[in-house]
Order: sequence, then structure tokens, then C-alpha cells
Amino acid sequence: MSQPVMVAGTIPVPALEPDSRWTYLDNVRRNTGPYTSEEFDTSDEAVSTMDRLKVLGAGGLGCELLKDLALSGFKDIHVIDMDTIDVSNLNRQFLFRHSDVGKSKAEVAARFVEKRVKGVSITPHNCKIQDKDEDFYMQFNIVICGLDSIEARRWMNSTLINLADPENPESYKPLIDGGTEDCQVPGLSTQLGFKGQSRVVFPTITSCLECQLDMHAPRQAVPLCTLATIPRQPEHCIEWAHIIAWEQEQPFPKLDNDDPEHITWLYKKALARAEEFKISGVTYSLTQGVVKNIIPAIASTNAIIAASCCNEAFKIATQTNPSLGFEENYMMYSGNDSIYTYTFKHEKKDDCPVCGQLARDLEVDPNFTLQEFIESLAERSEAQLKKPSIRAESHTLYMQSPVSLEEMTRPNLKKKIGELVGNGDEIAVTDPSLGTVNFKYKLKFSKEYRAAV
Amino acid sequence: MTAVITDQYDRQLRLWAASGQQALEDAHILLLNSGAGTVGVETLKNLVLPGIGKFTIADDATVKQADLGINFFLDEDCLGKPRSECCVKLLQELNPDVKGDWFPRENVRPWHDPRGKKVTNRIAQGESLESLFEHEHNFTLIMYSLPIEAESLALVQKYAEKNKVPLLSIHSAGFYSYFRIHLPGTFPIVDTHPESTATTDLRLLTPWPELSKFAADVTADIENQSAHEHGHIPYVALLLHYLGKWKDIHGSLPSTYKEKTAFRDTVSAGARRDNPEGGEENFDEAIAAVLKTISASSLASSVKEVFDYKPSEVEASSSFWVIADAIKQFYGKHNALPLPGSVPDMKAQSTIYVQLQNIYKAKARQDVSEVLEIVRAHPSGKDIEVAEVETFCKNAAFIKLIRGIDSTPPSIQTVASQEFENDKTAELTMMPLSLLPIYLSLNATSHLPSASSSDILATVGKDILGASDNQRLVEAAEEVARAKGGELHNISALTGGMVAQEVIKIITRQYIPIDNTIARLQQKQ
Repeated sequence: MSQPVMVAGTIPVPALEPDSRWTYLDNVRRNTGPYTSEEFDTSDEAVSTMDRLKVLGAGGLGCELLKDLALSGFKDIHVIDMDTIDVSNLNRQFLFRHSDVGKSKAEVAARFVEKRVKGVSITPHNCKIQDKDEDFYMQFNIVICGLDSIEARRWMNSTLINLADPENPESYKPLIDGGTEDCQVPGLSTQLGFKGQSRVVFPTITSCLECQLDMHAPRQAVPLCTLATIPRQPEHCIEWAHIIAWEQEQPFPKLDNDDPEHITWLYKKALARAEEFKISGVTYSLTQGVVKNIIPAIASTNAIIAASCCNEAFKIATQTNPSLGFEENYMMYSGNDSIYTYTFKHEKKDDCPVCGQLARDLEVDPNFTLQEFIESLAERSEAQLKKPSIRAESHTLYMQSPVSLEEMTRPNLKKKIGELVGNGDEIAVTDPSLGTVNFKYKLKFSKEYRAAV
Repeated sequence: MTAVITDQYDRQLRLWAASGQQALEDAHILLLNSGAGTVGVETLKNLVLPGIGKFTIADDATVKQADLGINFFLDEDCLGKPRSECCVKLLQELNPDVKGDWFPRENVRPWHDPRGKKVTNRIAQGESLESLFEHEHNFTLIMYSLPIEAESLALVQKYAEKNKVPLLSIHSAGFYSYFRIHLPGTFPIVDTHPESTATTDLRLLTPWPELSKFAADVTADIENQSAHEHGHIPYVALLLHYLGKWKDIHGSLPSTYKEKTAFRDTVSAGARRDNPEGGEENFDEAIAAVLKTISASSLASSVKEVFDYKPSEVEASSSFWVIADAIKQFYGKHNALPLPGSVPDMKAQSTIYVQLQNIYKAKARQDVSEVLEIVRAHPSGKDIEVAEVETFCKNAAFIKLIRGIDSTPPSIQTVASQEFENDKTAELTMMPLSLLPIYLSLNATSHLPSASSSDILATVGKDILGASDNQRLVEAAEEVARAKGGELHNISALTGGMVAQEVIKIITRQYIPIDNTIARLQQKQ
């Protein structure tokens, strides 16, 4: 403590110093340090450039991001989030109160931080990131995302990389990504909650999120036949109720994961099935967890990841110290067993479907139907494509949309690969739901093609 | 807990369950705040949200403009008011279930200054930190932020030692921070939450009669089983079946890597491939499980540490040490820990799988009752709950002892020479450089609001020979001096998140906190 321990008598009201609000930030913005570069500028002018920078924060880490950005000295902040506030958010999304449940997250968060931190402007966008076009994203200097799905991340990544135009230096938007819900590094731990990662992408220059996709393995689905005939785990009974029983019985017009009545229906169905097969462990909480794919989440982990992202944004904006990006670009954090952090460089991939040019080899059984091949793409860790459209060099194999093209190419789904393309041919696989992700594969037949008789 | 509270805490109950939540709700945390005053408040934010029972902030600073540029839990209305009270009130808004208190408590008496302007003046009630500690004995954990007055530090250390309270120190300055945990004595943990992949314990090399009989039954006449039956033999039974055959031929079970891979080939040869899939899923699972499950279980070093530890007289009567001692005796007798009893999911028919589960569960229950018998024979074992013994047996392979305070810590000179020696080969071994220079530089300002780099180096130089010639130390000292004792919000928010995770682990006694070591954080890349 800076004052003596005994506090007695009167404490005078201190003389207010109106200009000292950013004293602590200025310590580093106005003083060089041992690691600042020669170009680092400590002038008033340089410090005030930060007032004009526009940053965008997106997704579930939004509360933390807005607080951290506002107290990093950013003045023009936008936030984009399509969600409304749920009671289960209140244990970590600290800008929301019980009375806010049901309101737009972006709007409540923006108003709160604007009121608390004077002089900062926060513009809320209550919509999906995919609802905004390139012009919207072009206005920002830095984009930070704390999105909770891989699909949304891939979309943002490919959108920002597509903006990058060598003729226009302003079009290169550093992307800072933080996550606490999907750091399933192969070989490392899978238990989530105390773990997260943050990474920095300089579009087209450093490894992008798509280059790193195989770091985030897709969740293995339980085979349908297990659910239908030989359940063994409480989760199998819940998935059965969710996928099969609901379809058959349609107790309500449409399943709403947030409606307790619907979850209760699934729970009771699952419980009855579990009793039939003498399986224990079906609870309401587990049912909710499986159906909504709930991942545990706590305030402290969000705080760590969001602050690490905003610290990188601050360093990129101010040059007050070297940022992640060109050398090391990936930081992972785990607090399960003591504390483990690891920062490393993830290399850019030449055959990346977003930022690379080369086609990658793909071994395929030519006797697969196109339908089977498409299904296999969803499971490949580097692809994870759920709704792909496929073109060969000279013709279209299958298009998800528009409807007319889908109808025209649908018959191909039943045809075998060997019938549609030749060994060594290149195909292009796209998935518009992920932005402009374009996989180029050079097909290598793993077996002899047996033409249908 | 009411339904509403359960919903609000749903995402965390999935991490530490009702028992962990109860521990949090029973806890009272004290923060001694000082300096720029943000890192401790950010830590509290991450504890108020999950519903800590009560927190108290002791801080004698009044709110200044500079606070508003770094501390989110202050606003313009707070200017000139006590920082402790203002932070408590804005933190409490986050969660109405949490109680907050501040110190020093004051009488507020308005008066008029010479120009006739009404001024709110604050008269402390003559309280001191000493009086706080005299009246309050129920702190679960104490945190203090640095820099701190030496006298205050001595007081809090004395209190923590006397009352056996965990003590955390946190120092955040500029781009750097560190924190340190002092646990009062040893800290054993049962519920360490190991990775689910690590917990599989099938005892395939030492099957008990019921398990052997089960395997023999489901693999009887294996060659002539229908495709459906053959494709649904659980892999546990497959492996036991082929292990039996292997033993008949080789006289012993496969033990070397070479033998195990050869054994894997025999299992693979048993799969039927004349079907549309060209193989069988249960055999694939068996093949994949060979190297993981066909090995004699050895005692983890962390468990061995528990067995080797000689608890003091007071410790020895606690339920942890009574059960640990019983399990040690169990291990001495059976050369194996109690069976955890869980079976991973595997391709199998429902009834067969449930049957297999029940065989493992029955054995686990049998082991628990044997351990319970030893526990009951212990003079302090009469009242230990069965549930606690069960949990302990289930987690026996993953129990962990955190030593807490090291009675003979290595000197800082020894640590430094080791760390700097390692740094010489860091590039070759691809290890990160030591963060000790950062700790040393921050530590040199433990009692100073700010210091120049030469002051810092002079202080460090009292312990470390040639400090001012060490390039990395010089740089760290310059970076610390640059911050002038000020915090950066991001670094304090990040550190506050890390500290809060550790506090939760200590209070819930779940997961594994850092072992009295110092986590330091370098925010240069």
C-alpha cells in the first residue's frame, strides 16, 4: 500500500488532474522501451492516431473484448453479435443482468461500456457476421473475433483474406482470434473450461485460420445404428430421443433447445429408453448438455483469452512492443493441471484452400458414390465441409444452390467417382456457408475403378 | 440452490459440480489493494461472477482520474471517493448473491470549505489493518497486490501463517506481471479431473475370475459365431481371448514392444474381412487399444509421493491421510490400486456392454469395501463418509499432493545461475528463455511505487552477481522502469483471469493449482 497503514484524521480531497486519465497507457505510448523498434513514435500526433482507428469485436467474448478495448485507448469500437441474453450467460458475461435477459447482447453491452468509459464510441450490430458485406469489413483497421463456432471463424477468415488487395495496403486487416470452446489439439487434452487459445493472422502473409483447421478436430458423431439398435451410454439414449424419437413423434411443431418443455420431453424419452436397456446416467442436465452441445465456460478463462487478444490489438495499433504474428502467431493456455502455456509459429500452408495456391493430393476410392465422397469430406479434419459444392476441371459435379442447378446435378450423387472423373484430375470444392473457401484437390485413386455392369 | 441459480451457474457446475460451487459460496476473500489497483479487482470480478460467498477490499487510495483509465469498476461519480468502497459497489452489481465489504470503514461527515463549498469529508474510525485482522478470522484466502508497504506485508503474512490461510501475491506493471501462491502447508487433492482418456484402467493383464469367465463366454466358439455376434464382441473380451491364446503358445503375456506389436497382428488376423465393410469395427478398436491397455500399470510418481509422505500428527488424523494410508495398505497387499470401475464405450450389444460394466462396477465396489474396512480400523476413521472413500478410490491413480511452502527453498542465486545456464542452450533445445529477469525486476520494486532501471538493477545486483552486465536483465529492468509502476488494463485483466482460475482450484480443491512456483508472464510476443 502506498499510504501508511494507520488511516486516521482527515483525508483531503485530491486536486483533480483532468488530463491524467490515460497516464498509465501513456507510460508505454510515450516512452520507448528495450524492445520497441526504431520507427516507434512517441509524439502527440502518433499517440492520437489511435483515436481514429476502428476496431471490430465479434462473438461470445464480446463483454471482455469491449471492456479491454475501451481501456486500451481505442475510441471507435464496433461490436457484432446476433445473440440475445440468456440466463446461463450471467456467470461470465459481466455486462448483463437478470433484467437484461432476452435483450440483444450487442446493444446492451455497447450501452454499458459507453456509459462506464467516457469518450468511447461503441456501435452495436445485432446480426450475424455473415449478414455484413465486404464494404462493412473494409472500414475496420483490426478485427477481433471470439466466435463460438468453427464455421463462423472460417467465414470471417476467408472474408478478411479476400479483402486483401496488394494495390491497397489499407485492405490488409489483422485478424485476432480467441477461443475457449474448441481447442482440441490432437494428442493434447480435450477437457474444456480452463483452456483457450489466441492467434493473430496477417492476411495472405502469415498462416490463416484455415491453414490451422486441422488443429481443431471435428466432433465424432455416434453412428446411427448404435443409436437405433445398440445404445450403451446415456448420451446414446439422449441422441436417440433427439434424432429418432422426435422425428417419429413430433410432439411439438419445431424443436426449440431453449424451451424447457421440449428438453423435458427429450429427457423423459431418453430416460425410458435407458431404463429399457438398463443404462444409468441420463439426467436433465446431461440431456440439455448433449442436445445443446453445451461446453463449460467460466469468467476467468474468457478474461485470459480476451485480454490476450486485446493486448495484441493494442500492440499492433501502437507498436509499443512487438506483437504476435510474423514469428510466433499461436498461443495456447491450459489451467487444468497447474498452468501450461505454449506460444509457437504455425506455418502458412501453400495448399491452404483460402490463402494458398496449390492443390493438395487426396486419396479416394473411385468406387465411392459422389454422395459418399461428399459425406467423407465432413469428417476430414482439414476440410470439415458440411454443404460442399464440387466442380471438376471441365464440368460441375454437384452444386448445393441455386435450386435449379442442384436439381440438375443431383443425379450425379448416385454415380461413382470413377465414372465422373479420372485418376489425377483436379477438383474444386467450395462451401459458400464458410465464405470463399476453395479446396483444390488432386485425386489419387486408391483402388481400381470397377465400372458398374 | 434454487432453479434460477442453477441455470445461471449451469456452465460452471459442469466443471466443478455442486460440491465445488458450495465451497465457493462458503468462501470469503480479502484483497489488499494498492498501487494502480486493477489486477486484484479484475481477479475479484472473475470470482464474483461464479458466486463467491463474500469479498472484502482493503485499500486506502481515493479514486483519481488515472484510475478511470484502467479500472472498469470505477466511474466518474467515484472521483475523490475511497477506491475500496467504489470498487466493491460496482463489483457487487455483477452478482446480487455475493456479499461485499470494504475497509477502512469511515464516517461520512459533510462540511464547508473556506469558500463555502460543501465537501464530503471522510473520517476513518481509527481502524488499522491490525484491527481488521483482530476482528475477522474467517478469510478463506487473502490476495495482495504489489507494490505494498513492508509493514502491511509483514502483518498479512503473520495473519496468514497464524490462521493457515492461503496467501497470493500479484504484481502487474506495464507489460509484465507475476503472481505467487503460498499455501499453508501441504495441499492434497483427490478430485484432480484427469483427462478422460487417461483414466481407462481395464486390468487386462490381471483379470479376476468374473471378468475371465465373461470373456470366455462371449468368445466361446468364436469361429462359428454369426457375423452379428462376431462383430459385436466387446474389445475387452477380444483382447482377453487372444491374450489367453498367446499365453498358451508363448508361456507368458506379451511384455516388450516387439511382442505387443506381434500380438496386435494376431488380433488383427482374427477379424473377418469377407464382409462389405472389409473388416470389423470391434476388432479395429481392439487393435487400437493394444499398446494402451496391454501394459502393467505402474504407480504414478504423484501417487508415490503421497504414499512416501510422512504426515504430521495433526495431518494424519485428517480424512485424506486416513484414506491415503488405507489405500497404501491395499496397494501393498494387491500390488494394484482400487479399481476405478468405469468402462469406456466400445462396439457391443447393449446387454453385453451393460453386463461388462456391471462386472467392473462390482469389482470396484469390492475394492472400496476392502479399503473402507481398513479406514474403519483407523482410530480417526470411524466417521469418514463412505462417499469420500468411494471418490478417493475412483481417483486413486490421480491424487496429487501440492507441497505448499518449501521449508528450504533454493537461494535466488542458485535459481538464477541455473536459469541463465539453461538460456545458453535454449535455442538448441527449442526451450523458451527464462522469465526470471522479469520476476527479478518486478520483485525489486515490491515496495516502491516506481523506480529507474539503474535502481532496479542495483537492487537485483545485491543478490545476482553481474546483474548490470546481463543483457536480458537490463532489458527487463528498462521495461519495468518504463511502466513507472503503472498497470496496463489488458495485462491486469489477463493476470486477473489466471489468478482467479488458481483461486477457484484452491477453494474447490479440484483440478491442480500451481505448486508454489511463480507463474510469470512476458508480454513481449
